[in-house]
Amino acid sequence: MYRITESRRLTPEAVLLKIEAPRIARKRKAGQFVIIRVDETGERFPLTIVDSDPSTGTITLVVQEVGTSTKKLGRRRTGESILDLTGPLGHPTGVKKWGRVACVAGGIGVAEVLPVIKAIRGAGNIALAIIGARTQDLIILEDEMREAASELYITTDDGSYGRRGLVTDVLCDLINNGSIPDRVFAIGPVPMMRAVTALTRPYNIPTIVSLNALMVDGTGMCGCCRVSVGGETKFTCVDGPDFDAHQVDFEELVQRQKIYLPQEKESLQRYEGF
Amino acid sequence: MQIPRQHMAEQEPSERIRNFNEVPFGYTPEQAKKEAERCLQCKNAPCRDGCPVEVDIPAFIELIKKGDFSGAARKLKETNSLPAICGRVCPQEDQCEKVCVLGKKGEPVAIGTLERFAADWELKHHPGSPSPSSSRGARVAVIGAGPAGLTCAADLARMGYRVTIFEALHQPGGVLTYGIPEFRLPKEIVKREVENVRKMGVELKEDQVVGCTISPEELFRDGFRAIFIGTGAGLPRFMKIPGENLNGVYSANEYLTRVNLMKAYLFPQYDTPVIRGKKVFVIGGGNVAMDSARTALRLGAKEVRIIYRRTRKEAPARREEIHHAEEEGVVFKFLTLPVRYRGDEKGWITGMECLKMKLGEPDESGRRRPIPIEGSEFSIECDLVVVAIGNDPNPLLPRAVPGLKMGRKGTIEIDPATGQTSMKGIFAGGDIATGAATVIEAMGAGKAAARGINIYLKLSG
Ligand SMILES: Cc1cc2nc3c(=O)[nH]c(=O)nc-3n(C[C@H](O)[C@H](O)[C@H](O)COP(=O)(O)OP(=O)(O)OC[C@H]3O[C@@H](n4cnc5c(N)ncnc54)[C@H](O)[C@@H]3O)c2cc1C
Ligand SMILES: Cc1cc2nc3c(=O)[nH]c(=O)nc-3n(C[C@H](O)[C@H](O)[C@H](O)COP(=O)(O)OP(=O)(O)OC[C@H]3O[C@@H](n4cnc5c(N)ncnc54)[C@H](O)[C@@H]3O)c2cc1C
Ligand code: SF4
Ligand code: SF4
Ligand code: FES
Repeated sequence: MYRITESRRLTPEAVLLKIEAPRIARKRKAGQFVIIRVDETGERFPLTIVDSDPSTGTITLVVQEVGTSTKKLGRRRTGESILDLTGPLGHPTGVKKWGRVACVAGGIGVAEVLPVIKAIRGAGNIALAIIGARTQDLIILEDEMREAASELYITTDDGSYGRRGLVTDVLCDLINNGSIPDRVFAIGPVPMMRAVTALTRPYNIPTIVSLNALMVDGTGMCGCCRVSVGGETKFTCVDGPDFDAHQVDFEELVQRQKIYLPQEKESLQRYEGF
Repeated sequence: MQIPRQHMAEQEPSERIRNFNEVPFGYTPEQAKKEAERCLQCKNAPCRDGCPVEVDIPAFIELIKKGDFSGAARKLKETNSLPAICGRVCPQEDQCEKVCVLGKKGEPVAIGTLERFAADWELKHHPGSPSPSSSRGARVAVIGAGPAGLTCAADLARMGYRVTIFEALHQPGGVLTYGIPEFRLPKEIVKREVENVRKMGVELKEDQVVGCTISPEELFRDGFRAIFIGTGAGLPRFMKIPGENLNGVYSANEYLTRVNLMKAYLFPQYDTPVIRGKKVFVIGGGNVAMDSARTALRLGAKEVRIIYRRTRKEAPARREEIHHAEEEGVVFKFLTLPVRYRGDEKGWITGMECLKMKLGEPDESGRRRPIPIEGSEFSIECDLVVVAIGNDPNPLLPRAVPGLKMGRKGTIEIDPATGQTSMKGIFAGGDIATGAATVIEAMGAGKAAARGINIYLKLSG
């Protein structure tokens, strides 16, 4: 059992949780994730470790409630527990001194990119954060972002906050203005990562994406999380989750994310009591 | 009058393919006593040498004959920490029963079934039996709660060591829990056998991926004096043919893990889904392929075929498993090799192309090598494929211990007599050292390593 020391709603769709896991709190590095199982009938599913506090022995997760598992977790209150928590899994994000690095994130990817930005800044880079959401209410961790990044750009699809448009519009402008970043990180929904990849490809800007393949064990045992990178099959959980964006077969990733759509719907309807 | 070998009653095939309950029911006490009477109580007892964990076979059988079932179970437990499991999944025909004297002329004593009977009796009637040893010995860390790790831990606890098992998954048992299906090895049995190991004083920590959560170095620093690595062969092999990442192509590990560990057969009561194919192909000829095929039937498949590149004779699965699969309606397509999968525009599998094979000269495994017949390509339709062509040792832990001497196939090199690896204080055994093998061999290796660790700790004071 792993105790939740804080459960705080960030937006109508996202919840921030602090959970006791002292070992993971001490060891985790940017880009790593945990596998969670909320209760006895629950799935195993991955969440990025957004932050940790070794002194209190807690890790911070931010969960977007999209289906049964994430809703179950989002509804756990402060003081309650979850059944299983394993990690830190996956390779940490590789960080060096490159110069100017653009970190592009959409939706829940904003939480996932936060530790990466901190690591990038920590290695002496300038980190430009470009974050987006559908609308103002869904923007998360703005203060944390502002503090962590060297510069922060915000977009909303409906123009309710920051610039109207997509995160890629900002990246596009940067490139067109001649201030081409030395490296790009993109974390978020596949269409967004794909669009960023298409943008940076003609300029040969090294681009790293963090892939969100479906997972079960998270230790390389099942192959559920396989993705094609540079024509080779990789296991996201042990070979990734970060990969060279220009080598990733996004089409396959999108298809594989849809394997269980009908079952996910059935499960959610049952959980919500329809 | 000679007593014939007793057979367990089983669920009817037409009935059992609609549930996940265990197929054989086990002996009745009368049957068990009758079967026990067949044993000649040989003085030299060759059967004993066929058992990697050194079960005193004539002794426990004699106790069954006398009706002292608990005594028989205790006798088993002296050397075998998981008898209810071994009685079910040991390839007895290749182990103890192979060398049973009675087998020379007729049928050997049903040692495995008797073992199962005694162990089940004890679990049912005296579930709380093993007593914790209040040990003050040195601390030993065991990595992986599969049969190798559990056996090593139990034996060390018996010797008075304080043992902690670190297990990556949320449940112990290794392949016994995530791989072998409920209808062949009920998870309740695994749970109780593991519980018995716990009751011996072994501490079990789940959700601990050694190499990620904690490193072997840290284990030593935390005061563990020796480490046993029993992390198994959990890396699924793929054929690297086009279309292998299509939706509806599973590794057997994923398919079976979803169904067994995550209980996807009870979806939506359990949250983990699994695809229920109508026309399912399973690639491979081992126990894993049989388990996958029989699972597919129980998940409602109309047609299940096993595609194997050699013939029935070379198939490594237990005869009993092939027989069970056939009884249930699994169709075997021998001498067939898939070369590519086909999919639709949404990325779902629709079928595959195969080559016909013929057998050539024997290869290094001693089995005749399959050779493709040119121009024999043909295509078949299906909506689900399970790839069960084997597993390699899981590289996660070896990667975390750079100094460890590795074999060619990703196995950890050990001295089989002691389990000693190339590094001081680190021992290993089971599938991680041999490559995918059997439950009983893994247990034998765990036992050998427990002795090796004992000697090592005695010598190093
Ligand atoms: C390495 C990694 C890190 C992740 N980190 C986070 C995180 O920090 N915060 C967070 O909220 N989520 C994160 N995810 C995604 C998260 O694991 C999924 O959203 C979750 O498993 C969905 O489970 P569910 O039962 O709630 O929804 P489901 O019922 O399984 O799915 C509901 C909907 O979400 C989509 N979906 C399901 N799984 C994923 C996925 N892996 N990626 C994208 N869409 C998916 C489905 O296609 C469906 O449309 C991460 C995924 C990976 C692989
Ligand atoms: C489907 C299937 C059916 C089979 N049927 C039979 C049969 O009928 N009879 C038979 O004799 N054999 C059978 N086998 C083979 C048998 O199960 C294995 O040989 C045996 O389980 C090996 O035991 P082990 O302890 O070495 O490894 P495993 O059983 O694989 O256990 C290893 C354990 O270590 C854990 N682990 C791995 N890495 C780490 C880490 N870094 N940190 C912590 N924990 C870790 C794993 O999660 C796992 O629990 C079958 C195998 C499969 C897959
Ligand atoms: S443990 Fe296996 S090999 Fe040993 S006696 Fe029992 S069935 Fe035979
Ligand atoms: S060899 Fe067969 S008959 Fe002889 S003791 Fe062993 S089990 Fe009994
Ligand atoms: S999640 Fe099972 S191998 Fe990656």
